[in-house]
Amino acid sequence: MTSESFFSLLGTLTPQDISFVQTFENPVMSEFIDGAAGSVLVIGAITTAVLLTYYRGWKTLWFDWLTSVDHKKIGIMYIVVAFVMLARAIIEGVLMRYQQSIAVNDPGVLTPDHFGQLFSTHGSIMIFFMAMPFITGVINYIMPQQLGARDVSFPLLNAISLALTTAGAALVMISLVVGKFSTGGWTAYPPYTGIEFSPGEGVDYWIWSISLTSIGTTLTGVNFATTIYKNRAPGMTLFRMPLFCWTSLCTSVLMIFAMAPLTIATLMLALDRYAGFHFFTNDLGGNMMNYANLFWLFGHPEVYILILPAFGVFSEVISTFSGKTIYGYKSLVVATMSIAVLSFTVWLHHFFTMGQGANLNAIFGIATMLIGVPTGVKVYDWLLTMVRGRIRLTTAMLFSIMFLVTFVIGGLTGVILANPPVDFAAHNSLFLVAHFHNMVIPGVLFGMIASYQFWFPKAFGFRLAESWGKASFWCWSIGFYLTFMPLYALGLMGAMRRTVEWFRPEYLGWLQASFVGALLLFSGFILLIVQLIVSVRQSDQRRVPAGDPWDGRSLEWSNSAPPPEYNFAVIPEVSGQDAFTRLKQQGQAYASPTDYEDIAVPKNSIVAPVIGVGAIGLGFALVWHIWWLVAVSFIIIWGAAIARSFVTETERVIPASKVRADHEAWLQQVRESATAPREQEDTSTNVGRAEVIA
Amino acid sequence: MRRHQKLTKILLHSTGGLLLLTFSAAATASNGFINPAGPIAEALRDHLVSIVLVMAVVIVPLFIALPWTLWRYRLRTKSGSYQPNWEFSWPLEILIWGLPVVIVAILGWNLWHQSYELDPYKPLAATEAPLEIQAIALDWKWVFIYPDQNVASVNEVMIVAGRPVRFRLTSGTVMQSFMIPRLGGQIYTMAGMETQMNLLASEPGQFRGLNTQYNGMGFANQKFMTNAMSQADFDAWATKTSASNPPLNDAAWALLAKPSVLPAPQSFGSVAEGLFNGVIASFTGGHPHMKADGADL
Amino acid sequence: MNRQPVLHPGLNLGSTDEYSHAQSEPVIFGFWVFLMADLVLFAILFATYASMSVQGQAGGPSPTDVFDLSSAFIETMLLLSSSITFGMASLALKYKADRSHLVFWLVLTFCLGAGFIGMEVRDFWIMTQQGAVPQRSGFLSAFYMLVATHGIHVTAGLCWMVVMLLQLLVLGRTTQVKLRLMRLALFWHMLDIVWVCIFTFVYLFGVAAL
Repeated sequence: MTSESFFSLLGTLTPQDISFVQTFENPVMSEFIDGAAGSVLVIGAITTAVLLTYYRGWKTLWFDWLTSVDHKKIGIMYIVVAFVMLARAIIEGVLMRYQQSIAVNDPGVLTPDHFGQLFSTHGSIMIFFMAMPFITGVINYIMPQQLGARDVSFPLLNAISLALTTAGAALVMISLVVGKFSTGGWTAYPPYTGIEFSPGEGVDYWIWSISLTSIGTTLTGVNFATTIYKNRAPGMTLFRMPLFCWTSLCTSVLMIFAMAPLTIATLMLALDRYAGFHFFTNDLGGNMMNYANLFWLFGHPEVYILILPAFGVFSEVISTFSGKTIYGYKSLVVATMSIAVLSFTVWLHHFFTMGQGANLNAIFGIATMLIGVPTGVKVYDWLLTMVRGRIRLTTAMLFSIMFLVTFVIGGLTGVILANPPVDFAAHNSLFLVAHFHNMVIPGVLFGMIASYQFWFPKAFGFRLAESWGKASFWCWSIGFYLTFMPLYALGLMGAMRRTVEWFRPEYLGWLQASFVGALLLFSGFILLIVQLIVSVRQSDQRRVPAGDPWDGRSLEWSNSAPPPEYNFAVIPEVSGQDAFTRLKQQGQAYASPTDYEDIAVPKNSIVAPVIGVGAIGLGFALVWHIWWLVAVSFIIIWGAAIARSFVTETERVIPASKVRADHEAWLQQVRESATAPREQEDTSTNVGRAEVIA
Repeated sequence: MRRHQKLTKILLHSTGGLLLLTFSAAATASNGFINPAGPIAEALRDHLVSIVLVMAVVIVPLFIALPWTLWRYRLRTKSGSYQPNWEFSWPLEILIWGLPVVIVAILGWNLWHQSYELDPYKPLAATEAPLEIQAIALDWKWVFIYPDQNVASVNEVMIVAGRPVRFRLTSGTVMQSFMIPRLGGQIYTMAGMETQMNLLASEPGQFRGLNTQYNGMGFANQKFMTNAMSQADFDAWATKTSASNPPLNDAAWALLAKPSVLPAPQSFGSVAEGLFNGVIASFTGGHPHMKADGADL
Repeated sequence: MNRQPVLHPGLNLGSTDEYSHAQSEPVIFGFWVFLMADLVLFAILFATYASMSVQGQAGGPSPTDVFDLSSAFIETMLLLSSSITFGMASLALKYKADRSHLVFWLVLTFCLGAGFIGMEVRDFWIMTQQGAVPQRSGFLSAFYMLVATHGIHVTAGLCWMVVMLLQLLVLGRTTQVKLRLMRLALFWHMLDIVWVCIFTFVYLFGVAAL
């Protein structure tokens, strides 16, 4: 146990733990890179604060965003977190590719310790602080609107989940400046991450940042599942929901059941490290194999949590840009649910090599291959959705098509790895690294970029510049192949993952090609930022106030762009799938409602940001053993929750007259707008009203 | 612009495919199981190829159908029909679900058999008893004990070409993973537990081995050389080592147990009695240790 | 939605408080879902305990050495009774016009729950005095984690009860307060079920050396 007293002001924290002090005391290239990264963070934070002050944005930030419990605002904030963390993690990836491209019989520019932190933060950030917030943000924004609902079932809980995830991300960012991060990878296997072999604060940063976000995600899963079961518009049976809502439902169920093993595993590791328990230690009855089982019992459903929303996005994008209803709706629902259930039956394939024998290995290997069946069905259903349609190659559609081709290559390598004997040869190699990047980049990342391109006009009221989007697309696509195809080859040639220096000259060419690919991937990311800046500047020529720039099929396209706070002036009645297309074909899409009612919306609340700050304090204090701060943070978090429960006025009412006035004004604007045929979708003729082809 | 995009896409796919093919040419000169030096690695490679061929049945149709679809049903097409509500077809459903099920059944059958055939614990068929080697993974080195010859080597291992080798493995530190890629797959090594690996080198030669499970600062350096030689050469090596090299006693062991990267391989002329079992027992408080699959030894 | 609210498992307020019953549907459903996540947590703790209870003893104390079955039995009786008293509190919430019945049964539940925690803390203290600390072996680590996690949940429930008693005082029996009491009831009963499993699979099985 530790020897700091309860009242020790800074626990185990010393000035030497500040990264700039380390750079000063040990001026090698590796430390300079670390110091530079820390500087970017600090300067970025200061710049943001300065800009907010200059443009008088603090009030807006606090009253319109941080204290909001509106699912749309929360969704956007999640996606902002994702983009910020993506910037960091993608640079880390490029840095590692660079190191590996020069470190053949050469130590390169990174020390083994720095490299160890890099691959750990890269993986942890990409999964927990980029992909998870991205999908949570997209589901948050879109799912309630697709259901014809006004918000999720528990808006304040939604905000608290965001606060917890952001607190976890903040901890990881803080670790860039104060102290070091874990070198145990995103999986953090003990006993390497136990107190004996990793005595510093690194693993503790990993434990607490992950714990915070995993609790947030569990609560999000409860929230989303309840919303989908209980908040649908009248007439919207489960089988009339858009497919994106089906995948959101299955994702939520996975979140509810799969986060618990992770919470337990990290808590047990914490008890081993802080209190000398023996869950995973080498001696006194510890069993490290339990960690592998617990982690992957979480870890495998986790990757389906990541991919199912992307599958939902592709269903929406492909059907919209083929001008056609989705092929095989029921098949896709059955396939999605099968994937969700089967995802809990395959976790052992992550450690075929742990020696549990042929029986177990074979059973889990076959279960793993079984998941390939519904996934393959989905791929063909998406292809058939395009057949007999009218395909438009917008940026979102391009990402979806590239996904189809590239993802099946990853699926092929997945089936290869599902065979235990082959896995014995490929596990822990760069073949494995190539496989899982082959699933998450074309799958999750392309899906999320496609969703961003697709729904941005709805959220912000103007379209993104297609030309920059397509340039970004080509960089991402070519970059992906150039970065990861060489890794397949290298893995088959005996090169392992997490390696800081190589000793076989025949690897060099492949590694260099891979680095060039990584630069292309980074360019793809930069071009997305450029696209955003250009589009904002040209926003007046790109406005789509009528709200339906793509001839959308589901209800989120039926309101204005941006939507009103309450989503729908009158909750729609639904009579079938593709509810909005149905309305358009019946000529009812922009009909004036007969009755308006008062709408009650939740008031803003300071509880979520307070809990977020408290959570950062709690995590930081636990990492550095600052026990008094642990107690204070705990009291702040629970105090805020309990104090909130005594507040009775939690809603405000928007009177029917205001709803009527706003809605009628918008309807008038829509009726005066010209409709745009699909051929002119990417021009300023498109103000968001679609031509209806009877 | 659109036609240009489609052609570029087809070009990209072909390039991707070509890339996948060219690696196999380059890979023959390297250290992976794709360049096997023993029957197990060879079986693994053949297994991989068979999987790819079977999976091609479901994947290749997609690679053909997708560009065709994009062309035929593009926005300004003259040939494709537009049926915005077409969303189901029984024959297609049966094909889409049925074909993957058949493929998985075939692959599953193969998987089942191969998992038993290529189980690292399975002794290899041979006329002679296997060469017994005990391996202890440390930070960041490998200690190989030859119980029948009572010698030890560090960061290099001597085996007999054409004779099966049985490794019994454990770890003295964290979870590690033992692999000689050109001879076979890998198996984890864990403190307090024993795992096994049966391998065979067909011909004499030198094959690099390594730890694949990240274990800290010296991970990239934790490599060892496998020297496969004739039985006569092996016996000569054992005799010479026994005569001229220092013993692997407590003092020597303490030195090895320190986290370090050794500049060169070492050999020892004798080994402390029961060293391997002792290392395992040191973590289990003297209690009966178990194999990783839970069975007692 | 303009259809009739469905009945949920447990106490339904429909016959005495239509409005609260209508409000309860998503709230109680969401809480059941949350409880399922919590149960998964406990299930994993049980699985971990099962895998470590024999193989993780490391030559240290075994269950028969350290489990006090009579104390565990009294704890079981305390907790089971507290579930009965909470059931009475729920009925008072639904049917009694006078607040005092509800308060009485809640306070009684609190006392029984506090008694449970007090005895459990005493059990742990005695075990540590015997050297059966969680740092001694994997079995003991798993035991303490499972039983203490349950204990922390019960303690949280007790704190929640205190807050609810305050809210009854300050806010009265509003819809919000009623829905919170209904959720606390579900939470409390779930913890009781988990304890029955602990008593069976940890204490009884352990002592019978199964």
